[in-house]
Amino acid sequence: MQNEPWLFIGLFLVLAPVFPAVALLIPRLIAPKKPNVIKSQTYECGIETVGDSWVQFKVQYYIFALIFLVFDVETVFLYPWAAAIGQLSLFAVLEGVLFILILVLGLVYAWRKGALEWI
Amino acid sequence: MADPINLIATWLQGLLAGWGLAPEVVNFVMTALGVVVIAIFVLLLDIFLVWLERKTVARFQDRLGPNRLGPYGLFQPIADVIKLLIKEDITPKGADKVVFNIAPILALATVLLLWAVIPFAPNLVGTDVNVGVLYIVAIGAISTLGIIMAGWAANNKYALLGAFRTVAQMVSYEVPMVMILLVPVILAGSMGVNKIVASQSWWYIVMVPVAAIVFLISSIAEIGRAPFDLSEAESEIVAGFHIEYTGMKFGLFYAGELLHALTIGALFATFFLGGWRGPFTDQIPILGVGYLFVKAFFIYWVIMWVKYSLPRLRIDHMLNFNWKFLTPLSITIVILVAILDKLLAGVARPVYAGVMLLANLLVAWAALSIARSRTRHGPARVGEPRPVAVPPKPAGATPKPPVSTTP
Amino acid sequence: MTPLQILFIVVAAATLGAALMVVSVRNLVHAALWLVVALMGIAIFYVLLNAGFLAVAQVVIYIGAIAILMIFTIMLTRRVASESKPQVNPNWGWALAIAVLLFAGLAWILSSWSGFNTQTTALAARADPLRDLGLALVAPDAYVLPFELASVLLLAALIGAIVVAWEKKI
Repeated sequence: MQNEPWLFIGLFLVLAPVFPAVALLIPRLIAPKKPNVIKSQTYECGIETVGDSWVQFKVQYYIFALIFLVFDVETVFLYPWAAAIGQLSLFAVLEGVLFILILVLGLVYAWRKGALEWI
Repeated sequence: MADPINLIATWLQGLLAGWGLAPEVVNFVMTALGVVVIAIFVLLLDIFLVWLERKTVARFQDRLGPNRLGPYGLFQPIADVIKLLIKEDITPKGADKVVFNIAPILALATVLLLWAVIPFAPNLVGTDVNVGVLYIVAIGAISTLGIIMAGWAANNKYALLGAFRTVAQMVSYEVPMVMILLVPVILAGSMGVNKIVASQSWWYIVMVPVAAIVFLISSIAEIGRAPFDLSEAESEIVAGFHIEYTGMKFGLFYAGELLHALTIGALFATFFLGGWRGPFTDQIPILGVGYLFVKAFFIYWVIMWVKYSLPRLRIDHMLNFNWKFLTPLSITIVILVAILDKLLAGVARPVYAGVMLLANLLVAWAALSIARSRTRHGPARVGEPRPVAVPPKPAGATPKPPVSTTP
Repeated sequence: MTPLQILFIVVAAATLGAALMVVSVRNLVHAALWLVVALMGIAIFYVLLNAGFLAVAQVVIYIGAIAILMIFTIMLTRRVASESKPQVNPNWGWALAIAVLLFAGLAWILSSWSGFNTQTTALAARADPLRDLGLALVAPDAYVLPFELASVLLLAALIGAIVVAWEKKI
């Protein structure tokens, strides 16, 4: 059937987690299980934990993920264009280049605004 | 006898059909068998990689490495696996049990999934989906999700911090990687990995070396290996997102990272080094597997070489390098290759390769000169050096006369 | 029942179940993870419809970028990530009524659509839908204008997001 190649991937998707899961089940059978209070404490370099286990989330993480999202969508649009380049005229290639350049403007804007700095 | 794997496959198919199973069921069973064979082969390779990694790091550091168990220490990984299996599995208090357990499974499973589309030999490939390149990107994207899950589930602020940083780094380096993968797609005219290998009569690394190097650098950053391993460095953040994992769960993360490095080697070999191409592959197709793995292990050795020779990068250096150097560079290369591919259509292969190579080298030279010119300003001078023993003159004060003049 | 139908029913049940969990689970990060399952189900639907490119694009964009963005957003607010409240809103009665009405309306419209009973023509053996997609995206008489407008839209989204989210540090 036409979905032939995808059947393999579907089966792989189902079977690939099985191997690590088996690797995790074996310790459940043979490893010792002696939980005590000290062992299950959260690790903080050997001292008692101070404060909640929550960190100040910097907005910078979000900005990076956002810029990544925009470039990701752009690149996914470019894949069919790249695959079909053999059949396109030079004008069509330049249209794709224009697509890229419009988004380069976005990158330049982010750069100049300082949104790409980590601090 | 030149193609043993396909012969075995056809024999097995005949056997199953002979048992009276319907053709779809035969097909299904054969596919499942293919999946299991590839997965087991890759996992066995993973165990071998543990030994290889330890021996190589030892040689880089001028020592011997494991050499007690078995000849040359070859049975060391088996001892490691047994040790990890019998270690106690400690779940920290307050951890989210379900997510805590799924994260390592996801970490290893996503690396296994990548091997489904790598062609091992001319007619030996897991599957030839026509969007193989995007499939590889997709699986890489799922692995970042596994890391967030691991970091969050552990109920540990260092794990969470490490997970955020790792994901920020991985997500940033995915941009040049995804863009630069456009280059083999443009050169081959298809998104299918088989076609990319089949059209490499001239290896792509000869035509677009800058693209190959950008792919290598961004892939090393994607898998979180040194010199980009700030998020899981023992001296910085005590193992990062997998602090709270013990025993086999940690083993899965560790093995997953090594296997991911080999997978990057195999992907690099497929996209830029011609995959299974080599002499005599049309007569003896099974030789293709050998060529692919020689190339993959060579790139794996390069990745290890980079890891054990370079110091760790700071996270702001890392991210600046990505957004301000690699991303514009990869965009330039993509535009250049696309336009040149159109302008040089119909030209003989050697001329095509030569012009591409020249353009790449020009871009590399331009990029490096721009980068160098921007770093010419050294650290700002804060003050003049002054000798230690002389006390500084207070500003505006008149020098005291050495002898008092008051009567 | 062909295997394809069984597969469709299984995947549909999984996707709907995951979507239900998204709106009813107490822990927001768990809700985001169930959303990932639901999105994966949709990617599988695309594969069943022979749209392989859309399936991988769905995984790359939705699961690889948007789900991560959502999880980051959830973790940006401290209280939300650690508290587990039931997700019930006082207006849930109205919401249920409108959802049932919407479902009834869609079901009624689709019940008279002939597409469920007609067999789609098989693609010609030479047809390469991916190449056609690439050609259509840039052909002057096909979709080039939406293609370029999409890039302007992405630019607007990028600039807008930076303006809104980024506080300029002096």
